Amino acid sequence: MSAIYKREFMSYFTSPVGYAVLAAFMFFSGIFFYYQCLYTGTTSMSGVFQSMFLIVMFIIPLITMRSFADDRKNKTDQALLTAPVGIPSIVISKFLSALSIFALCLCSFLIEGVALTILAKADWSVIIGNIFGMIILAASFISIGLFISSLTESSIVAAIVSFVVNVLISLLDTISYTAHIDVLTKITDAISFQGRYGNFALGQISLSDVVFFVTVTCLFLFLTDRVVERRRWA
Amino acid sequence: MIKVRNLTKYYVRNKALDNVSFTLKEGEILGFLGPNGAGKSTTMNIITGYLSSDSGSVEIDGINILENPTAAKKKIGYLPEIPPLYNDMTVKSYLEFIFRLKKVRKPMKEHINSICEQVRISDVKEKIIKNLSKGYRQRVGLAQALIGDPPVLILDEPTVGLDPQQIIEIRRLIRELGKKHTIILSSHLLSEVQAVCDKILIINNGRIVADELTSSLTGTGASTEKLRLIIEGRKPQVQSALQKVDGVTNVTYLGEAEKGCCEFTVDSRRDVRRLIFRSLAKTDFNILQMTPVELSLEDTYLNIITGKSDIKEADADVSNI
Repeated sequence: MSAIYKREFMSYFTSPVGYAVLAAFMFFSGIFFYYQCLYTGTTSMSGVFQSMFLIVMFIIPLITMRSFADDRKNKTDQALLTAPVGIPSIVISKFLSALSIFALCLCSFLIEGVALTILAKADWSVIIGNIFGMIILAASFISIGLFISSLTESSIVAAIVSFVVNVLISLLDTISYTAHIDVLTKITDAISFQGRYGNFALGQISLSDVVFFVTVTCLFLFLTDRVVERRRWA
Repeated sequence: MIKVRNLTKYYVRNKALDNVSFTLKEGEILGFLGPNGAGKSTTMNIITGYLSSDSGSVEIDGINILENPTAAKKKIGYLPEIPPLYNDMTVKSYLEFIFRLKKVRKPMKEHINSICEQVRISDVKEKIIKNLSKGYRQRVGLAQALIGDPPVLILDEPTVGLDPQQIIEIRRLIRELGKKHTIILSSHLLSEVQAVCDKILIINNGRIVADELTSSLTGTGASTEKLRLIIEGRKPQVQSALQKVDGVTNVTYLGEAEKGCCEFTVDSRRDVRRLIFRSLAKTDFNILQMTPVELSLEDTYLNIITGKSDIKEADADVSNI
């Protein structure tokens, strides 16, 4: 399992993908930090984290697009599936390596936190809480991205479909605002990623939000496992 | 060592494998012959656990691949039709990855080095796989299969796309490996299988049409020999002289090769080269050229199909297991 994790992780840096993702994330987090903290003169980073939701939504498909699609296209899945490793370990290794890349991106927040500490008194509990919240939000998006990547042989198709799905997820809130149907609003509120993530951004970590994201992650990892297994029977 | 029983596999509605059964003892080399799309790769993919069969079972050294896949897969080294190489890695880091993936308990550096030497890729170890030639890629694929010293090797068309020198090298290597490993190799070249394997399995349209020892296959099913002759003399006389030779079954006139010379093909039940030489030497017809025509797989295959006694249906084989 560690072999696959290590290989997947390193593969982000043998191609431009890893660098591009890191650069894009840090660029946007820097811009938001400048406008929402330095320019307005506040130490609260909640605004930065709120704004980063959009960036996370667009960056994660780039991280996950190749994981299963490329393996199928290059037939390297034959090496993995004929090795003495179970499919769940393969899925989890790929998930953890994608999550690790994302965790690297989050280092930018630490740098910004340090910058704030130098200038004024930063609220580290909000920053750490937010980083935690962003990681479990990303875990859900990554598991969805992996699932989509396992459905196709083309990493481009995987990326586009993941974008679309992520945008649809963020549109759930708009639906609940405009629909004015009680039942629908209740449902969309319950499964709204943005709403639940918003709580983290404000510095509130609630068990129900954590359980929600962990459940979504586990569900899609399980579905990915099923897709890979199902293909053996096709 | 390998027991395959009644494998059947459908791709949607297409029957890709139909009741395929065979067994292989330790240390044997089995050649898997068949035209493209016959079901060779599908069978191999099922044996290695990459695909599942719709019915039937595979046992590697007594371990069922469905019941205990991890233990069974540990015993198999697999070189698929397209080597499963990560193009962005160096040969060395790729082999180290496979070593860890297979959870091999051996000193890593020595093990990888000795395999690299065996398949002669030591000089490209630091190169990125993307930049390797087809021959080297194939050899890295073979190295990957050898990692962990698995008792069973499954090689899907290991010599396709290689130049003649490399083909000879790989065949020599496979024969060498056959001393320590049980090997299944597929090919669509009869000569290759004859040169390397102890047993031959011919498969077509997902069915086993012949399951023989290499020696008996060449001795019975493929016993029709074909010669091409260029003989100085007039057609009718030469033709009748050839037809009189004991063992000749058919003489076909091809045309005038050079002035005053005729070209024939001669079919026979056994080796008649000496008889033809002697009987023509008694006449005035000079043999200018005598060439054995190599039987292609298709010819052999047709021979097996037409020579009814040589057909061994898969069903009949089940009783032998």
